[in-house]
Amino acid sequence: MTDILLIALAMTLLYMSIANRIFTYLRILVFQGFLLFGTTYLTLSNINTLNLILIMLETIVFKAIAVPFFLRYIIKRNAITREAEPYLPNFISLIVVTLIIVVTITLSSAIVDENLDKTYFVVALSTLFTGLYLIVSRKKIITQVIGYLVIENGVFVLSLAVGNEMPMLVNLGIMLDIFASVLLLGVFFNKIGDVLKDPDVNLLRNLKD
Amino acid sequence: MIGIFLTGALVIGGLLFLNRNTFVNYSLLIVYLVLLWILGIYEYNHLNVSQFVFFKPDSLGILLLLTICVVSIPAFYHSFRYLSRRNEDSRTRGLFFAAMVFFITACAMSYLAAHIAVIWIFVELTTLSASTLIYHHRNIRALEGVWKYVFICAISITFIYVGILFLSLSLKQAGLEDMSFDTLYQNSNNLNPFWLKLAFLFIFTGFTAKIGLVPMYTAGIDAKDKAPGPAGALLSGVLMNVGFVGIYRVYAVIAHTPLRQWADTIILIAALLSVFVATVYMTRIKNIKRMFAYSSIEHMGLVMLGLAAGGIGVYAAILHLILHTFVKSSLFFQYNQIYRIYQSKSIYDVGNYFKYNKAGAIVILLGFISATAMPPSGLFVSEFLIFQSLFEAHHIVILLVVLILLTMIIWGFGSNIFKLLFTPPVGLNENELPRISPWESLSQYILLALAVYLAYNPPATFVTLIQDAVKLVP
Repeated sequence: MTDILLIALAMTLLYMSIANRIFTYLRILVFQGFLLFGTTYLTLSNINTLNLILIMLETIVFKAIAVPFFLRYIIKRNAITREAEPYLPNFISLIVVTLIIVVTITLSSAIVDENLDKTYFVVALSTLFTGLYLIVSRKKIITQVIGYLVIENGVFVLSLAVGNEMPMLVNLGIMLDIFASVLLLGVFFNKIGDVLKDPDVNLLRNLKD
Repeated sequence: MIGIFLTGALVIGGLLFLNRNTFVNYSLLIVYLVLLWILGIYEYNHLNVSQFVFFKPDSLGILLLLTICVVSIPAFYHSFRYLSRRNEDSRTRGLFFAAMVFFITACAMSYLAAHIAVIWIFVELTTLSASTLIYHHRNIRALEGVWKYVFICAISITFIYVGILFLSLSLKQAGLEDMSFDTLYQNSNNLNPFWLKLAFLFIFTGFTAKIGLVPMYTAGIDAKDKAPGPAGALLSGVLMNVGFVGIYRVYAVIAHTPLRQWADTIILIAALLSVFVATVYMTRIKNIKRMFAYSSIEHMGLVMLGLAAGGIGVYAAILHLILHTFVKSSLFFQYNQIYRIYQSKSIYDVGNYFKYNKAGAIVILLGFISATAMPPSGLFVSEFLIFQSLFEAHHIVILLVVLILLTMIIWGFGSNIFKLLFTPPVGLNENELPRISPWESLSQYILLALAVYLAYNPPATFVTLIQDAVKLVP
């Protein structure tokens, strides 16, 4: 069952590479939040209930509801155009993301370690690298933030792989999630919206040598 | 004591943020400095005693903690001068000082942490507090600087976190669950080498954002450019030491295993590229503050070269790190006086600095001599030892390349500094120049002299501490 959820997560990455509108990205983020919620419940069977509830609340409340809604609010308020504006055609993005997934699968088949469930490893790494790809291949600041959130989802999957033995690490991951999202979204994106009317990376290109 | 210090810092920071009264504000800062010094002396007397579960002051931690104690006094003094001259309202002033207190506390704690996750948490906190310092001016340029800094640092701490996860996977094979550094050092040979490699790669890449090496050095440059001078001094001194501590402790784990050769190669590549990037920018840069920032990148590259070369190089690396903190801080403290006279950062608008501010001009000249490691600068000693270690490790080609690059850096740095000091400026109205008291340069003289003193006539305890810190790497 966890395999199905994780593979679904990997499939959302392919969809994300060809999505055109920003709202589609947000819907994918919500969906990923729910997938992570299910995976957490099925994976972390050995840790104490209170901690499990905390982690699951984080996935559902924070990843699936609060952050996407807040992004939606920012998009509405700053009247950001709905196009994602990639630098590359969607077809190439699709090929790149497929390549990322294929490469991580090949990499993981080279690893000999019975301690690790490889599905987690493959999905986590491909999510991480897809997030990095989204950051460098999209023009708007908001899509860069979305790329960062995708990276965090990937890292969260990886932390689940070791979560049963070391729940502390999963809690640290949650801290990272909340800390970075609040810092990126709450404080600065709000400010960028106030100072710049059309948040575009090109307006933040003056500091250079 | 660490518990008391953390509570104290939290309370003082909170009060600074809420308080509007000038007198209370400055007394709180003095109380904080006293607390910081008490912490430094207390930890020095309790070397290698585990405290508060997750903290253990080892020699490296103590050295850097005492460094931050020294640098924070002029940092507060110059911030005080900076803010009062600009007539900032009490709210922004309180926010600035609160952020500075939290920043120094987070840096100090990450030196002392004995657990990789604890270092990671405090590194997050340095990002948070540094972003407030960088965004102090609240204009679009500062916003751009802070946005880039926060975004890259967020990615870098994610990388460190992934590295910690891989490290935990490598622990699984040894049947361990404790991730404190002591356990890691003792069991380093039982760790799974494959996961250890991946862990090192990710943790190293993550910490390069803090220490200022290729590939993630970019964020720090914009941050130091946009942050007020005294904050820039902290960012290019004590914050880079945080990155070094993180890398050094993980490197110490890998140095006990056969993977050391591999790790050395990674560090050498990053270090060499950093010196190269610094050279490229230093030879054509026209912004004085960014020039200082790139000079820091160069020095961190040298520190890492020493670490990778091993032998006497590790000793030299730690010495270089400490001396660099003093020298670079004094240059950044001095920078504000330049800006006050010329109202510009560009090299095209400045000149004849000796005529307008003698004491400051001598600081700039001495700082230039120190930063380019010409004798009698303290950095000369440590750089010489680094080169010697590279020679002994048979990295002759690397040594030659680095020496050529450093010569180009001296040319670039020197042509800008001499333009600032001796060439007449264009279009400067000499009647309205502010008079700058020579006393404001006093702290810079002391820091520069300290760097010379520690290099040429080091106190016995200082040498023992460094030698003890070097023992982590066999």
